[in-house]
Amino acid sequence: MASQSIAQKLPAPAEPKPGIFAGYLSYKDLLFMLMWRDVTIRYKQAIMGFAWALLMPVLIIGSSLIIMVGYSSLTGRSVKTSDVLAVAVRAIPWAFFSSAIRFATNSLTANKELVTKIYFPRQILPLATVLASLFDFGVASVAMILVLFAVQIGASLQLLWVPVLLVLLLMIATGLGILLSCGNLFYRDVKYLVDIALTYGIFFTPVFYSPSMMGKWANLVYLNPLSPILDGLSRIIIYQQAPQLEWIAYSAGWAVVLSLAAWKIFSKAEPSFAERI
Amino acid sequence: MSHAAVEFQGVWKKFSRGEKHDSLRDLIPALANSILRKPKQIEDLRREEFWALHDVSFQLSPGDALAIIGPNGSGKSTALKLLSGILRPDRGGVRVRGRLGTLIELGAGFHPDLTGRENIYLNGTILGMRREEIDRKFDAIVDFSELHDFLDTPVKRYSSGMFARLGFSVAAHVDPEVLVVDEVLSVGDYHFQQRCYDRMREFIRNGTSVIFVSHSMPAVTGLCKQALLLRRGEPLFLGDTTTAIQMYHSLHQEESKDSDIEILDAAVTDATGAAREVFEPGEQLNIDISFKALKPVPKSHAALLIRTVDGQFVLDTATSKLIENSSIELSPGDVAHVRFTVDMNLRNGVFELGFTLTSEIEIIDKFIYYNGALKRVVMVGDRKANGFVHMNPSAAMSIVRK
Repeated sequence: MASQSIAQKLPAPAEPKPGIFAGYLSYKDLLFMLMWRDVTIRYKQAIMGFAWALLMPVLIIGSSLIIMVGYSSLTGRSVKTSDVLAVAVRAIPWAFFSSAIRFATNSLTANKELVTKIYFPRQILPLATVLASLFDFGVASVAMILVLFAVQIGASLQLLWVPVLLVLLLMIATGLGILLSCGNLFYRDVKYLVDIALTYGIFFTPVFYSPSMMGKWANLVYLNPLSPILDGLSRIIIYQQAPQLEWIAYSAGWAVVLSLAAWKIFSKAEPSFAERI
Repeated sequence: MSHAAVEFQGVWKKFSRGEKHDSLRDLIPALANSILRKPKQIEDLRREEFWALHDVSFQLSPGDALAIIGPNGSGKSTALKLLSGILRPDRGGVRVRGRLGTLIELGAGFHPDLTGRENIYLNGTILGMRREEIDRKFDAIVDFSELHDFLDTPVKRYSSGMFARLGFSVAAHVDPEVLVVDEVLSVGDYHFQQRCYDRMREFIRNGTSVIFVSHSMPAVTGLCKQALLLRRGEPLFLGDTTTAIQMYHSLHQEESKDSDIEILDAAVTDATGAAREVFEPGEQLNIDISFKALKPVPKSHAALLIRTVDGQFVLDTATSKLIENSSIELSPGDVAHVRFTVDMNLRNGVFELGFTLTSEIEIIDKFIYYNGALKRVVMVGDRKANGFVHMNPSAAMSIVRK
């Protein structure tokens, strides 16, 4: 039978991959649409709608309030408003982080149809879920800012650190989210591990408590790269203190390493996604 | 050469039959391996692996249309997925110049909870359109889909036909330079299918290169001058569509060579018992088939298939439908004789008589023997009409002049 080979065989797959940033730019509409989709469907057919964005932080703050009141009735010290606000300031980014990680982990497997049928840079899927969680974070933050204005919390130049810390948080969430989405595509164990880690993670992250309450164990708490960021935010916003720069640098190190690792590993694994999902 | 819109150069792709790693336990060594691995020895197939595509090459210039045909599992869809970038080849090069449109699955990426309007935007961006581009084409997309009244209905309430219509309408407005179509037009009503084909012909006229995978031979013939025939990943033929289709049909014969039965004799005769190859409309045709069982044949029935040379079935009948208690059960060495009689009410042309023996025991029909073209007959003498069947048309008319 005739088999016509028109072209010479090539020695190896030689497909130039578009640069990661160029890829994102030309697909920014898609990124936006997928983020918008994730936000919309989360609140479609839900009576509470966008109020859900506030629920998780409110639950965390509420439960910490119960602990604080219980604790103060034991020790006889009264509950300070600023301590409650500090918990709130830490709870909102934690809620963002945990929802971003949870949704990102499932982002590739939940969009199996797209992964196996249509080509676009797959990083967009976990990225879109992180951005959708960031939207919730925005809603909760606006509410928080209103509360802070209402109680007339002071301001200082230290506030300039806030965007830096948030960028670090976003980098860690994105990097980790991308890695986990990739891991979960190959091994569904990952999503169960993530669920467990996020459920117990709140005990190892200073949300209910501040690291200073741990005394000499504080440095151990800071080993969690989220700790310097969350603690830093409450120091800056509530107590007008400077964040602990050496620990912020430590978190920044994690942010960079996670982002690079996510980029590297994801690009390496991406070609086999459609076969292995 | 460098102006080709699509180049597929010596492409090899292997798949694994089973799971590669079963648990997280295997992940760490596998990851370390894949990161540190030197250029891998791709010729080596591991036990579970097979070539889904085996040294396949073709290229298309702008405005060319190529059909990829072949039996199930021959690697057609794999080729399309390689083209669209969903899969990467193990060896060889795939190059697509210009914007790629894929009709691999209509409405992939539709979200059931979103409305038709929202899904047009979502699906459009997934297929590579910019938002302002969709704004511009929105009305055209809706017009094509004819779903004006359902734009604000969530697509989960759409029928499957409506779903496919919206999916095609979005995809049809991507204005791709290369369009990849995978058997998606089998859904939707006849009217919509025709418009889809028209749209694809329009694409081709406007210089889009189209790669089309289908089992519908008339559709293939209608759209593509060139076809690539694949079997189990291997390119058997690349060239003009008619030849490719003929070879495709003859594949069945080859497949049946190591059959459980041996055809001893197959004879076509007319009502008088004379051997004939040429028939006139309305004449009776007998086909007598004798076969010997080489292995035990479980309860099964024999079937007669008649089809046109381009693959359209005009008849599919079986002993189980014509004779009561007609199960054929044979021991090795037994010889069976089956005669089918039909009235050849067919138009002019060449028709293939096929014969199959199908097991009745399996839940899914299993062919013990399949030959789609055991015999050929030629129909002549019908000058009154065109079409599939000879319906003995007649006409009467009158004209009233003022």
